[in-house]
Amino acid sequence: MTRHNKIYWAGFAVVMAVLIIAPLVLPAFWGRFLTEVLIWGLLAMSSDLLIGYTGMVSFGHSAFFGLGMYGAAAALLLVSPPNLWLAIGFGLVGAAGAALFVAYFSTRLRDIYFAITTLIFSQIFYVIIFTWTAVTGGENGLIFTRPHFSIPLLYDARFTPTMMHWFVLAVVTASYLFLRRVTQSPFGMVLQSIRENEGRTRAIGYPVQRYKIVSVMLSGIFAGLAGVLYAIQNQFAAPDFVYFVTSGDTVIFNVLGGIGTLVGPIVGAGFFQLLRELMSRIFGDQFPYLIPVGFIFIAMIIFLPQGLLGFARRWLNK
Amino acid sequence: MDAVIGLIQAIPIDLLIIQTVNGIVTGMILALVASGLTLIFGIMDVVNFAHGELFMLGAYLGVIVVATTGNFWLGLIVSSVVVAVLGAALQVVTLRPLIGRDPLNTILVTFGISLILQNYALWQFGTVTRKITEPISSYFTLFYLQYPWYRIVVTVLSAVIIGGFWLFLKYGKFGVWIRATTQDRVMAQAMGIPVPWVFTGVFALGAAMAAASGVLFAPLGGVAPTMGLDWVLKAFIVVVVGGMGNLGGSILAAIFISLLEAYASIWVNPSQAVIVSFVVLILTLLFRPTGLFATPK
Repeated sequence: MTRHNKIYWAGFAVVMAVLIIAPLVLPAFWGRFLTEVLIWGLLAMSSDLLIGYTGMVSFGHSAFFGLGMYGAAAALLLVSPPNLWLAIGFGLVGAAGAALFVAYFSTRLRDIYFAITTLIFSQIFYVIIFTWTAVTGGENGLIFTRPHFSIPLLYDARFTPTMMHWFVLAVVTASYLFLRRVTQSPFGMVLQSIRENEGRTRAIGYPVQRYKIVSVMLSGIFAGLAGVLYAIQNQFAAPDFVYFVTSGDTVIFNVLGGIGTLVGPIVGAGFFQLLRELMSRIFGDQFPYLIPVGFIFIAMIIFLPQGLLGFARRWLNK
Repeated sequence: MDAVIGLIQAIPIDLLIIQTVNGIVTGMILALVASGLTLIFGIMDVVNFAHGELFMLGAYLGVIVVATTGNFWLGLIVSSVVVAVLGAALQVVTLRPLIGRDPLNTILVTFGISLILQNYALWQFGTVTRKITEPISSYFTLFYLQYPWYRIVVTVLSAVIIGGFWLFLKYGKFGVWIRATTQDRVMAQAMGIPVPWVFTGVFALGAAMAAASGVLFAPLGGVAPTMGLDWVLKAFIVVVVGGMGNLGGSILAAIFISLLEAYASIWVNPSQAVIVSFVVLILTLLFRPTGLFATPK
């Protein structure tokens, strides 16, 4: 083990220990807050694979998140008794389907055109979900009960908030380790070379578009996983989460936390949610917290484009 | 033969004509929005995400001026001027530091601006839709409808503004500067054109056009803080379908898409009709990524 590796894994263990103990120590409200930050962090991290590693800004992650949500809802409403693993499976299939559709068309385009097309695709899903009232519940969305946490034949228990937190933590951590492995693999290296110089990558002989499609799909699947977790945590699926605002928040998390670091976006999500919570406590619920957030966001792009964790970018990716 | 006649008779001719007129009216307003967007993109390489919010803000300023003075045309002018100044300020503060950086930064910054403007409007004006009464209240008869003259005036006015803008680009001194900057930024600078100020001016001009279209649209559809996203999306579609930076293409595409949506809303509800323009976009991207109305070079 190199010195870098030792420090990295030691830091990893400390953060994990804090996150595992947190719900036992924190008051119920902040425990729940932390769980949601982790879920938003997973969504932001999935988008970082595109923004930070492949160099494509997606303004359409709400579609994958939403399809994950509605996929989970479908499994929980149609199958009785509701099954956790089936919900995850349905959600991932939904998100993967949406991602395939979006990836196939939008990867033909680069830069801003990619950003705009992903946005427009997510609006297509939004309009469908919003207007197809018979199936999706339209504006009201769907409400369902939380499944039990079960390991077939071995274990079955009702989710307590603490268990829910640990479950979310386990999923997010596994996703992080997986995505980190992906970005360090030869595949991930090709993605980063597309970010640095697409033309040259193609000239070397890599099928750039195929790599991009896989990258969008991977990203979409993890965004869908975040949607599933959110649906299970809050026991509803609503069209608001398929709307552009969710995609916009995802981009904000990334810019605040630092793109190309995977953990940065989680920190960004936490920072964002904390700002929002603090401001609504100090100035009241009606306070438009997104105005100061917008100012911070613009200032960060101009003065600190690397984000909060940007200083550690090279180190984290080693 | 009977089947064919039946099919022809099943087409509601009167509805089609009404929707054609409606489509052209909204198409011209959309063309005005999109020409501002395509101007800013073509010259500065900036995708102005906040364009819809400038449209929305223009409409609100129109509402305020009309409410205080009662004069619609004054509202149109005041709103355009105020939003132009705001646009210039925004460009100087947020976009100028980004010149020479990855164009993706500009889409992020303008997204931040749209966030601030939209939430400001939401905070200041609430979620209730405001409306301006039409400044011209006379009607003419179109089949069974009393069709307002105002809509026709809006169409003509949009055409006049776009036409005036085109003449200005072609013959005005500043217009020549703008075209020179589009062709070759470095060379224009070398010839003594103050390129950074051309950028500011262009952004202000685009913002003014967005505001003017917002005021013109306000009596037709009402004003709400969230209206910006719909318009900016449509304008993006128009700009891509018409060919980025191509003014004539944008106008054609705006009318084309608005007509399609108007026809589609005969059969489905208007919020689903939006999908038609999304489909046009997808098909354009697949088969003519440089734009449907782009002239081959």
